[in-house]
Amino acid sequence: MALISCEHLTIKYDGRTAVDDVSFSLEPGDYLSIVGENGSGKSTLVKALLGLVKPASGTVRFNGISRREIGYLPQQADTQKDFPASVAEVVSSGCLSRRGLLPFYTAADRRLVRENMEKLEIAGLAKKCYRELSGGQQRRVMLARALCATRKLLLLDEPVAGLDPVITAELYALIDRLNREQGITVIVVTHDISSAVQCGNKVLHMDTRAVFFGTREEYITTEVCRRMMGVHTHADEEGDACHAG
Amino acid sequence: MLGELLSYPFIVRALVVGTLVALCAALLGVSLVLKRYSMIGDGLSHVGFGALSIALAMNLAPLEVSLPVVALAAFLLLRLSERSLIRGDAAIALVSSSAIAIGVIVVSLSTGMNVDVYNYMFGSILAMSESDVVLSAAVSAVVLALYVLFYNRIFAVTFDEGFARATGTNAGAYNMLIALLTALVIVVGMRMMGAMLISSLIIFPALTAMRVFKSFRGVVVCAAIVSVLCFIIGIIISFVWAAPVGACIVVTNLAVFCVFALLGRFVRRA
Repeated sequence: MALISCEHLTIKYDGRTAVDDVSFSLEPGDYLSIVGENGSGKSTLVKALLGLVKPASGTVRFNGISRREIGYLPQQADTQKDFPASVAEVVSSGCLSRRGLLPFYTAADRRLVRENMEKLEIAGLAKKCYRELSGGQQRRVMLARALCATRKLLLLDEPVAGLDPVITAELYALIDRLNREQGITVIVVTHDISSAVQCGNKVLHMDTRAVFFGTREEYITTEVCRRMMGVHTHADEEGDACHAG
Repeated sequence: MLGELLSYPFIVRALVVGTLVALCAALLGVSLVLKRYSMIGDGLSHVGFGALSIALAMNLAPLEVSLPVVALAAFLLLRLSERSLIRGDAAIALVSSSAIAIGVIVVSLSTGMNVDVYNYMFGSILAMSESDVVLSAAVSAVVLALYVLFYNRIFAVTFDEGFARATGTNAGAYNMLIALLTALVIVVGMRMMGAMLISSLIIFPALTAMRVFKSFRGVVVCAAIVSVLCFIIGIIISFVWAAPVGACIVVTNLAVFCVFALLGRFVRRA
């Protein structure tokens, strides 16, 4: 049974159609890359999946998964510039969805926070003020928070934007491990087509409509993929990004 | 002098209620300031003035009338700005000036500008009766308990509402909780601080703490301490100079804010 099924989803945004009649479904354990140009409706689609944007028509259905089991990395967090918050406080807030009605974090939560901060090499920043970090560091804090919240589904909107190549490679390896070893379903939005053809098992190519939805192997053979790849990347270099580290 | 101060029962009452209200106001203030809801406090206190003047005209108990009215106003203000029918700040300006206008008309039609009305606007240390103390203490205890219980969720919703919503936190409910608790604190604190000045009790400590502290917990704890200390110092000044208590507390807060602002610059440069 499909974990997520999205049927004839249409979303209007500021009077124009951002997502037009998109249908796809994911099984538990799938790893989907959503690709497309800027403004093709990728982020809007993700927000609709999360219930942050109301669709004009169509449905999103989750089976056997609740919002409390989702980790999410927004493309841009809607936080304020002068917000006083330490890195540890921000990452910890990812654990809240596990707490149910309990008001405080448990020792297990704190361990999870520490592990995820170590994975993203921000443990040393725990006491630092979030707003004083560099863009790349802030990104990793948001990622650590998303990892803390993840139990069944991880949704990442442009996870590697602003990260250096070493951290990028490690991050893709980490996502791949979560997907393969813990069976977490992953959805990654990216405009970096070369990572999409190397990672995961499914691809959704958006251009307001769903231009392509299917397996990665099928996608690589399509005309639209070749056009996106242009001259600068080669599909046959497949496999490196996911399994480094 | 402290002994003399404490020998007056009305001052002891004012100290008990004021300390609790100052504490609650500071805690909620951090969220309100960070969520850009500072003006909600101001708008609600003006609604409170309207409600108090109607209660006075109709000879009803002031706290019991204004509590539900202000709570309802908090609910409406939040709804108005969330549905973006009218922009949030504009909505608050509309509601608060309308409430003052209605209040002033009611006052002039009934009692006229007397001492009671003056006290509602600028506060009075004598305002607290025995039963007010009990009600105020109960309301403060509820606010404090809810704040501590929901502290982590209030942080999450204040910091990044989108993420909180996406991962299954009912952000709307927590916004409403913050607005309702604010309404409670305003009604309870308004009579001592005055409708015109109560919102400073909410905004000042948070802004002061934010000059120096950089974690949410640091800001919350510092704001609470600053708020209570400023309140006590303000009440002593008010007693010594026989000046309106609300005004003395606001001026104390202003002074501490200036000190912290300087301190913050110093710390940042070091």
